[in-house]
Amino acid sequence: MTCEELQDDYELHALGLLEEPESMELEEHLRRGCATCRHGLQRAIALNSAILALAPDVAPPKRLRRRVLASIGMEQSSWAWISAWGLATAALLMCVLWLSVEERRRTDELATARAEIVKSHGELSQVQAALAMLNEPEAKQVTFGGGQPQPPRGRFFVHKDRGVLLLASNLPPVPAGKTYELWVIPRGGAPKPAGLFQSDASGTVMYFSRGPVDPATAAVAVSIEPEAGSPAPTTTPLIVAPVAD
Amino acid sequence: MLLLPFLFAALHAEGDRELAERLKRREPQAMADLYDRYGRIAYVLIFRIVRDGGVSEDLVQETFLRVWNRVQGFDPEKGALGPWVLTVARNRAIDYLRSVDGRMSQNAVELETRENPALFANLESEILNSDQARRLRGAFEKLTPNQKLVIELAYYEGLSQTEMAERMKQPLGTVKTWVRTALRTLREELGEAVAV
Repeated sequence: MTCEELQDDYELHALGLLEEPESMELEEHLRRGCATCRHGLQRAIALNSAILALAPDVAPPKRLRRRVLASIGMEQSSWAWISAWGLATAALLMCVLWLSVEERRRTDELATARAEIVKSHGELSQVQAALAMLNEPEAKQVTFGGGQPQPPRGRFFVHKDRGVLLLASNLPPVPAGKTYELWVIPRGGAPKPAGLFQSDASGTVMYFSRGPVDPATAAVAVSIEPEAGSPAPTTTPLIVAPVAD
Repeated sequence: MLLLPFLFAALHAEGDRELAERLKRREPQAMADLYDRYGRIAYVLIFRIVRDGGVSEDLVQETFLRVWNRVQGFDPEKGALGPWVLTVARNRAIDYLRSVDGRMSQNAVELETRENPALFANLESEILNSDQARRLRGAFEKLTPNQKLVIELAYYEGLSQTEMAERMKQPLGTVKTWVRTALRTLREELGEAVAV
């Protein structure tokens, strides 16, 4: 076939669609270095590109660029993306951390408030019990400290069924690791522990040791003891008040 | 019709030689620049052929990887990157269509031989400027419906003339006439405007 006969086949050949025998003929021309066919084929490639370029425009997704670059191992192309995620993650972590701290603070405040309520409730209960006992005619009142220069002053109320109530002031501060301990001393017997307590900053205390009291109680006393309390007094009592029959 | 991406590519035509040299030196940033220059064109063409976004992404990735792996055979002094990338993109899409259809043409020459970088020597990198696009669209308007159809089947579906004849249920000779006449019209209308 001549070059002239092949001139309409260049485009199909460039597209890979030219069939036999034209394809073989054109290949033979090119192998021989036919300048006409080589030039014709170049023009065909240019025309094909122009025709293919007339496709309707559509935007590729942005992720495609990262994907293409990643396929040749160019991972740094996604640094900006990673950085954005990193910043977002850091911000999220800071939010979580702040919320966690805030939650902890609120939990602590709530626990403190609950403890205060429990404590107040206990104190109220103790006051109510003490007042109830004071109204009982069987309650014996014992005063102490009167007329002394620097004494703890106050009184005990002793009720055989309800317990011992201590109202005192001018109590000296106890050393660190120590506490006050109340004792009930039966006639002819050893002192029995009746509870641990602390005074407030001004040395005032109201302490109610509930429960039946030995009818043979001869005295009540208070001494300073180790924080955990003692089975028997280890120091000289600050207060000793005899209970009259 | 697609114009902007090609005009954009045309602005970079002058730098294609340097870009090809950087690609041959295996500079990763050169791949990023190649994608920025021809990624949209490749996607547009592939999407036009396969009409599926996900498949188009796969094939664009394959196209650029193929160019990256074969750029050593490309002559930066004479070669034209744009037409080469476009040809590789079209061939990937046509290959896909054929595999989906189970259609492997016995007469069609292997597409792969048509994307040899050496074939893209002595071409301008600029694929299509605005004047050429206008003239080419005008030329298409002059084609008969059958002539338009055979061009469509050849360029966007990769059918040989025998396959077109079977598809259109027309004699092979008639189809060949339509193809020849259509291409001649397009060729003559563009004339020397098609850069070589």
